[in-house]
Amino acid sequence: MKTFLKTILIDADYQPVRLLALLRKVQAQYRHIPAAAIDILAEALQIPRAQIIAVVEFYSFLHLTPQGRYDILISDSITDHMLDKENILGYLSSMLKVDVGEVRADGLVSLNNTSCTGMCDQGPAGLVNGLPLTRLDRPRIDEIAALIEQQRDISDWPAYLFAVEDNLHKAGLLLNAPIEKGAAIQAALDRGLEATLAELDRSGLRGRGGAGFKTAAKWRFCAEESAERHYVVCNADEGEPGTFKDRVLLNMHADQVFEGMTLAAAIIGAKQGFLYLRGEYLHLYDKLQAVLEQRRATGLLGDNILGRGLEFDIEICLGAGAYICGEESALIESLEGKPGIPRNRPPYPVTSGYLNQPTIVNNVETFLAAAKIAVLGGDWFAGFGTEKSAGSKILSICGDCARPGIYEYPFGIAIEQILHDCGATDVLGVQIGGPSGTFISNQEFKRQLAFEDLATGGSFIVFNNSRNVLDIAQNFTHFFAHESCGFCTPCRVGTSLLKKQLDKIIDGHGSAGDVAELESLCQLVKNYSHCGLGQTAANPILTTLQRYPDLYQNRLKNISYEPGFDLDGALEIARRMARRNDAGAHLSQVEE
Amino acid sequence: MTGTIDIDGQSIPFEDGQTIIEAATAAGVYIPHLCHRPGYTPHGSCKLCTVKVNGRNCSACTFPATDGQTVINNSDELEQDRRRITQMLFVEGNHMCPSCEKSGNCQLQGVAYHLNMLDNHYPHFYPRREMDASHPDILIDHNRCIFCNLCVRASKEKDGKNVFGIAGRGINKRLIVNSPSGQLKDSNMSIEDCAAHICPTGAILIKRTGYQVPIGQRIYDQKHISEVALAQENAHGQD
Repeated sequence: MKTFLKTILIDADYQPVRLLALLRKVQAQYRHIPAAAIDILAEALQIPRAQIIAVVEFYSFLHLTPQGRYDILISDSITDHMLDKENILGYLSSMLKVDVGEVRADGLVSLNNTSCTGMCDQGPAGLVNGLPLTRLDRPRIDEIAALIEQQRDISDWPAYLFAVEDNLHKAGLLLNAPIEKGAAIQAALDRGLEATLAELDRSGLRGRGGAGFKTAAKWRFCAEESAERHYVVCNADEGEPGTFKDRVLLNMHADQVFEGMTLAAAIIGAKQGFLYLRGEYLHLYDKLQAVLEQRRATGLLGDNILGRGLEFDIEICLGAGAYICGEESALIESLEGKPGIPRNRPPYPVTSGYLNQPTIVNNVETFLAAAKIAVLGGDWFAGFGTEKSAGSKILSICGDCARPGIYEYPFGIAIEQILHDCGATDVLGVQIGGPSGTFISNQEFKRQLAFEDLATGGSFIVFNNSRNVLDIAQNFTHFFAHESCGFCTPCRVGTSLLKKQLDKIIDGHGSAGDVAELESLCQLVKNYSHCGLGQTAANPILTTLQRYPDLYQNRLKNISYEPGFDLDGALEIARRMARRNDAGAHLSQVEE
Repeated sequence: MTGTIDIDGQSIPFEDGQTIIEAATAAGVYIPHLCHRPGYTPHGSCKLCTVKVNGRNCSACTFPATDGQTVINNSDELEQDRRRITQMLFVEGNHMCPSCEKSGNCQLQGVAYHLNMLDNHYPHFYPRREMDASHPDILIDHNRCIFCNLCVRASKEKDGKNVFGIAGRGINKRLIVNSPSGQLKDSNMSIEDCAAHICPTGAILIKRTGYQVPIGQRIYDQKHISEVALAQENAHGQD
């Protein structure tokens, strides 16, 4: 172990900021983070062991106890559920003879759920030792189970099990013609950096992660900060359930994304950039490294880019299973090798970001768009979309439709047009922007996709009339409780209380007042939480409660009060101790 | 930058770099809080000090005062919501005031009195949490930890030791001890440490001192937490 750790520590240059990357390697090697490794890392990096344990416990893909040699995680996204995930998981569990959440006694295999893996257009999906499994069905599971029992190395498994399709169905102004390599940097340097920033401003480009902050303004704020170093960060921690467009953009157009980052670096004066890639997209890592290597070889990265004296390089950092790291300040914490806990603001990252230096964090799609704007100019981009939402939006469409995949539309497009294009019929509603967004009913399909109406980071999940609105809200509510970082009281406790209260109603234990209580809890979590996760965690309940109040009310019992727990069940221990099971040892849940 | 902010109609001066809670405290205005303590890096996690700044909810302990801000600290809505947040802290852990030796000296309890909290409102989580009685002088009862991070900050910033850390995620957060066994006895914690005396609840206690002052004669039995906090925190400012 000492030799292995020494090798990876040398690779990491003994930098504590690389702790997460180191722990990923230890996990891959030993299937957990052994106590001995924690001791060695603590001493080598000169950080407290408690800090290392805090990081291990924060990220879902790191473990203090050994996982199976084949560690299988099945995506728990609503879209996987709609593709019969529960059944698939049960079958997998029976074939592999291991319970969900357990490691088999012989240590060969472990099985668990995980948050959305970004394969919603080709689910049910999962991960084996970090690599994606798609389109899982019984024959595939039979094959996987056989491969595991034969202890075949994953590199020998048939490639089709890991096939990830792009499923690009509709290309718009960005996807129809990528720029030539180097064209954006060339155009920006020829035009002048200040003039290029003015073009970006004129384009009206707003952040594509969903929040919609003006990109040019962010870059300008950052550029104006005087500091020793500036940093460019590309947020590819695409964790919003139902979103997978960044996966496709990085697979198809990584060059243009890196070019956008290089453009940003030139404008803000950064020499170092990071691509923060969610752990679920490990399969893209080698390919992206090769793209970076090629850009270095062709003078598009390095210390004299295009021979014009520009210095910039990009490092890829992998996440390890934490939705919260999509929040920009949590992402920066994670880049620094810490748990992804959102920072207090102000100061904002443009003033004090990575290592407290001015930093811009932008979405993959934002960099993709910025690169093309640098070539074609601001007016070109502003010519598409609406007045307040210039350009196009790239959507990940999944759920109940004939053709799930990637669609690019100019902003302002009506929902009904999108539904038509993707082949959705008999639609009950659409979740726009993922669980943190809005559920719209089939009475609202004239509404438009735009920051001024329905904003989205790209998730677009279609539900047909066979689906149950409460099941959807429940899946999303459980997701947020699982992903809450736990920093602030309203989100740490509140998201778990929301889960309890919603489960109580859905399980038929709710009574008068319970829906009102649920709603007031939603408002509390929304209004008092520290960051966007908590502030949007109640949206699945709030947006469905607003549209379908009867669905909630109908689950309530027609009594004035009922205990929030199973009264008779709670007496079970007492019955066992008293060795009684007569009628007098039971209590009815309510007085009839 | 200096100037004034308006808190509930009262004009309050501030100095450059002060947060809203610091300006308020100096002016004798109490804003309920648990994770804040003068002299420590602001944390902003308990959210009890949430105030409305120009219409927007902000944590008074981390938000900088700037000239002309209109701050609402006392309103029925804030009082109700702060009470709910306090109730969340009560149901998350296992807080049994009548049998807790910190009763009467506990800030969580003191804030609950201040907010007129009469029940727990939410269903209890009843988590199973451990006690660590391994240290000769100091006891950790994890049942009462509210993750305010004060002991972590005290040990790091005041004692230079890093005895504590917060691990886990979401509702599974837990206070951990930086020692090979994970037990306090194997850390370099000592009774003189700031971290041994900073806990606002009864999660970190000094052994053999619990009942030296009888219940009924303790801090918050005698005085309102707002009065105690303002006096202590302004005394600290004059150090």
